[in-house]
Amino acid sequence: MKEHLDLLREMVRIRRFEERCAELYSSAQIRGFLHLYVGEEAVAAGVVSELDPQDAVVSTYRDHGHALARGVPMDAVMAEMFGKVTGCSRGRGGSMHLFDASHRFFGGNAIVGGGLPVAAGLALAHVMRGEPRVVACFFGEGAAAEGEFHEVLNLAALWRLPVLFCCENNMYAMGTAFAKEHAAGDLALRASSYGLAAWSVDGMDVLAVKESARRATESIRAGGGPCLLELRTYRFRAHSMYDPERYREKAEVTQWRHLDPIDRLVEVMRPEFTDDELGAIEAEVSVEIDHAVATAETADLEPVTDLTRFVTSEVSP
Amino acid sequence: MKTTYREALREAIRDAMNRDDRVFLMGEDVGSYGGCYAVSLGLLEEFGPERIRDTPLSESAFVGAGIGAALNGMRPIVEVMTVNFSLLALDQILNNAATLLHMSGGQFPVPVVIRMTTGAGRQLAAQHSHSLEGWYAHIPGLRVLAPATLEDARGMLWPALCDPDPVLIFEHNALYNLSGELADDAGPVDLTRAAVRRPGTDVTLITYGGSLAKTLTAADELAADGIDAEVIDLRTLRPLDADTFLESVRRTHRAVVVDEGWRSGSLSAEIAARIAEEALYELDAPVRRVCSAEVPIPYAKHLEEAALPQPASIAAAAREVVRGG
Repeated sequence: MKEHLDLLREMVRIRRFEERCAELYSSAQIRGFLHLYVGEEAVAAGVVSELDPQDAVVSTYRDHGHALARGVPMDAVMAEMFGKVTGCSRGRGGSMHLFDASHRFFGGNAIVGGGLPVAAGLALAHVMRGEPRVVACFFGEGAAAEGEFHEVLNLAALWRLPVLFCCENNMYAMGTAFAKEHAAGDLALRASSYGLAAWSVDGMDVLAVKESARRATESIRAGGGPCLLELRTYRFRAHSMYDPERYREKAEVTQWRHLDPIDRLVEVMRPEFTDDELGAIEAEVSVEIDHAVATAETADLEPVTDLTRFVTSEVSP
Repeated sequence: MKTTYREALREAIRDAMNRDDRVFLMGEDVGSYGGCYAVSLGLLEEFGPERIRDTPLSESAFVGAGIGAALNGMRPIVEVMTVNFSLLALDQILNNAATLLHMSGGQFPVPVVIRMTTGAGRQLAAQHSHSLEGWYAHIPGLRVLAPATLEDARGMLWPALCDPDPVLIFEHNALYNLSGELADDAGPVDLTRAAVRRPGTDVTLITYGGSLAKTLTAADELAADGIDAEVIDLRTLRPLDADTFLESVRRTHRAVVVDEGWRSGSLSAEIAARIAEEALYELDAPVRRVCSAEVPIPYAKHLEEAALPQPASIAAAAREVVRGG
């Protein structure tokens, strides 16, 4: 039950954080691109719950859920949305580029597929030092059409690099439906053709995600080489705040909302789990988000005189 | 000792591998084949396949893997066969290597070294012959080196590996067989300063990499005409050591920039602009540029030679600025 509660709390944190971000975007306190993770929470919560602190995470431009699940403090994530110096990237990254070295969170990469080679290299370093670490690399099914997907799966399988490839298949590459982008439908089959273990998972079922992530990370840590999970999920909201959603039917969204990963986990936890307990989680999360917004609002901006800091390192060798 | 540019590069890699366990070399055919230009010949036998890693033909994957390994505590040397092929990894070099430190607010330096061949002169045609180092020199966050001498071939790698940020090293393909004397104790060199390769008083010839030898030849021709040319080797293309060439131009009052890249939007344009911004009133003649013709570099020998800066065209440009054409 403790495990279920932790997963539920994490998904609720992400969901409510995203909803607050949408409000803050509407009131123009957050700008730039904002890609929300609503509907996909089971993937981040389930996978990241199986990682150790010394493992590494590589994410995409839809990175809030991964960062929060990884333990990047919500205050720092929200401050980054506000472009403040207290943000986890000192206001230089914004929504798409959350980073946190202390949590080995190697950032949201907004070039589709661009994080995969980096993940391979992080894993190569682990191999060369003999460290039994896993690199979890998140990307969408759109990235499976990029050359880097194919290059990196081949390289990772060839060198048996300890990478857990997490393909979040939310069925749309921005607005392009899966069937309009991929000639062959089975991503796990495609991945396995490169010589790595790969299978599909119901990405709306956090317990299934966690169980698959556990099996995969155990295998990887035991020296079994990389794995790929195709996590079948769905984004309930628009691709970004600019997306009028012309490419999908409302009925389809409604159908997927019936598979809401939070509701499904709550169902599993009934009847022992009560409304009061759920209310307590919601209240706790609400306090955390309020605090994050309040501190972000009052935080300082990076002085413009520091604009060109960090283009090159400040520490000499 | 007598050595070659190729051997000096190899000795630099060997030295770095011996000094630091975190250093390894990876790229296409660096191991069993010995390197496309035989730079790493014998290193596989010496250091083994873990540290001399042959990669698949996947430039983006292995350059990105170098970046990832660098982010995670290693000191990779990534070899890309030619600058033309590096375009397949441009996303990784620009969007990750050059960007992550700043975009992460200073959390993630990327101490990777990426070596590649550049330049024309061996009749390899348009997809193996271009000089695109000027493009890379456009990018904040990168250090861009162009060793033109045995000393720099031997001495630039170690300080590049010590740099906490990404360094690109461009080796002109015409230089690999360059031979000469190198001190037995030759070691690391300063990466921050351009070098005066030939002192002179009448005109400053500013160049780098594969054009240095041609420019020195042109300077000899000019000397026979009574023109005393100073030749500056930029060595580091980013960040530029403008002080050295500006100081020279203020003395000679004349400047010719020699750059094997194309003229439009080029490194030569940047240097000319710096001179215009900082020393315009010191000039006795307009700055001239000798660059490659604006064509894809052709195969046929006579066409390739006509496309590239040559001692004669460099000397002609220098005479023009000294004597008014």
